[in-house]
Amino acid sequence: MSLLRCLSRPVFAGARRQISTTAATRSDALFVHRDTPYNNTKIAFEFSPENLKKAQQVIARYPPQYKKAAVIPLLDLGQRQNKGWTSISVMDYIAKLLEMTPMRVYEVATFYTMFNREPIGQHFVQVCTTTPCMLRGSTEILDTVCSHLGGIHAGQTTKDGKFTVIEVECQGACSNAPMLVVGDDFYEDLTPETTKKIIDSFARGEVPKPGPQSGRQTSENSAGLTALTSKPYGPGEFCQPDFQ
Amino acid sequence: MLRNTVKAARARPANSIRRSFATVADPPVRRYGGLKDQDRIFTNAYCRHDHGIKGAKSRGDWHRTKDILLKGDSWIIQQIKDSGLRGRGGAGFPSGLKWSFMNKPNWEKDPRPRYLVINADEGEPGTCKDREILRGDPHKLIEGCLVAGRGMNATAAYIYIRGEFYNEASNVQQAIDEAYAAGYLGKNACGSGFNFDVYVHRGAGAYICGEETALIESLEGKQGKPRLKPPFPADVGLFGCPTTVANVETVAVAPTICRRGSSWFAGFGRERNQGTKLFCISGHVNNPCVVEEEMSIPLKELVEKHCGGVRGGWDNLLGIIPGGSSVPILPIDKCGEVLMDYDSLKDAQSGLGTGAVIVMDKSTDLISAIARFSAFYKHESCGQCTPCREGTTWMNNMMQRMVTGRAHQREIDMLLELTKQVEGRTICALGDAAAWPIQGLMRHFRPLVEERIEQFKLSQGQVGFGGHLGSEVKEGLAIPDNLGLRL
Repeated sequence: MSLLRCLSRPVFAGARRQISTTAATRSDALFVHRDTPYNNTKIAFEFSPENLKKAQQVIARYPPQYKKAAVIPLLDLGQRQNKGWTSISVMDYIAKLLEMTPMRVYEVATFYTMFNREPIGQHFVQVCTTTPCMLRGSTEILDTVCSHLGGIHAGQTTKDGKFTVIEVECQGACSNAPMLVVGDDFYEDLTPETTKKIIDSFARGEVPKPGPQSGRQTSENSAGLTALTSKPYGPGEFCQPDFQ
Repeated sequence: MLRNTVKAARARPANSIRRSFATVADPPVRRYGGLKDQDRIFTNAYCRHDHGIKGAKSRGDWHRTKDILLKGDSWIIQQIKDSGLRGRGGAGFPSGLKWSFMNKPNWEKDPRPRYLVINADEGEPGTCKDREILRGDPHKLIEGCLVAGRGMNATAAYIYIRGEFYNEASNVQQAIDEAYAAGYLGKNACGSGFNFDVYVHRGAGAYICGEETALIESLEGKQGKPRLKPPFPADVGLFGCPTTVANVETVAVAPTICRRGSSWFAGFGRERNQGTKLFCISGHVNNPCVVEEEMSIPLKELVEKHCGGVRGGWDNLLGIIPGGSSVPILPIDKCGEVLMDYDSLKDAQSGLGTGAVIVMDKSTDLISAIARFSAFYKHESCGQCTPCREGTTWMNNMMQRMVTGRAHQREIDMLLELTKQVEGRTICALGDAAAWPIQGLMRHFRPLVEERIEQFKLSQGQVGFGGHLGSEVKEGLAIPDNLGLRL
């Protein structure tokens, strides 16, 4: 390696080194926190009364000495209340609520990809581009979404703050590929046309019907059922004598 | 018996072929597949019916569950053992055996609570079977938790659902609430005297949390980083208590096996690969779908019968990944002969994994498809073990270069060596999973990669190791061989 480095200057004539800034390719957002006007510890956050009630229900699911097991559900709850992103105040509040060191909460919030640590648009569009979707044309879907929203790139928010688009890994709807997620809803079996329709209806403030956009109901064979065509069997049918 | 044969021979007309007594008839060749609706366990996989408790009961769920529970733990575990059920989450470990680890001698004296954890963190690319169970048949899963929980004498079950499945988790939560209201869960579940609780826990988007110890860590509110084993979760698991982690499908089939009998379930599929299974077919087929079929169904039949065949006909097939992103790809000649079960696919140097069939036709850029997997694993590596953290990045970098062909021929072997160095040197199997697709690609499609490299060389000139272009190097300078520019 060091040999290569010594050689690099004279040998690679094209690679004249300058003081340059090349954006490092990272698979995710930065792990560090920098105080910004919109994200700093001075901004107060606490659960609304109803969310606090929900939070107590969640905490009750775990043994009392392991309150911190609730950190992921509560961060999610906090993120929902905080317009879809987890600010440092949300993390600090949850650390206080669960009697954890704030660092332990930061660790969790940075590890899991569903916690956005930067503000996002009103509609959070996540396009799956992993291989099964890619085989069915997800690259085109992503391009459609980006160009339809005025030429933004994956990871960016539109100027009006309505849409944020990101590329995500497999969302577990591979038989309905290609697909995208808006908020919590899956939109499956997409074509560029249906993708545009979905984006347009969100832009108009409507919520299009989630699920496959091709007309099938879930993940059955679209050319007609090949299984489960008959009426489902009832209680006790085909069972052993003990359980009839 | 003998007499009958003689009689039959006599009864035949004189011109028929006369069989001597020494004739040994070949055992009939058994064909697998063609499962009937009456033998399908997940009758609401397509969400055509009510997923609530009323609909579930009309489809036979919660039918005499009390009697199953009253049969006791050893009966339940014996049923599962006899049924030949193997874990449906990918590894294929015999479930009855795994569940029996919880009931060690003198387990009653251990004051710790005992947990069953359901792995519904379905994130393997290609896999979408558990989703259908969670949204269509949540009561099968809840009842399965109760039955499996009774079998391993657990006190509570946690269902860890991946965070993206918000609507599916709502269905499961609804099912749990209904089951509590009906007295099927909680204190004295189903009136059997057994106390059992079921909770939902939603994850937050980390593929690695599908690994059992990472899932436990995540459930405890930490980063999802796998633990070293031993101690195994059956000794020290969730919250330091005995725990068993099982896949959704494995647990959800348990009540039906108990009710319909282990021999019914064992009657499907080949020896050691018994049962029915949800297969999810995606990629270049005419009609991708999720379908429950008999184990050991030939792969070709699965694709042709349920998915309308490969796009452009079987001959247009390039390769199939038979078990989700973590298993090696199979070329067309093998696709025509393998059976969809653990052993047949293992013999073909691949694996059943989760039963996620990813079909690729000849239009596929196979190298970029596998490179996308490498990018996936790079993104999802938890970063705990160095070989995986660094290796997945290296593999991804090299694979991305191979997509354009910007590599040296020798780098194929370097990449393979790299995958071998990662494989088996990490705590969990993510490192292996990242290595196998690349190994599969090179095993069956190496000429394709070589050709791509050759083409790049023709248009762009010599490429050294690491993708350095020969054209960027000054002519006439001495260059060491280890840069690959003169090789």
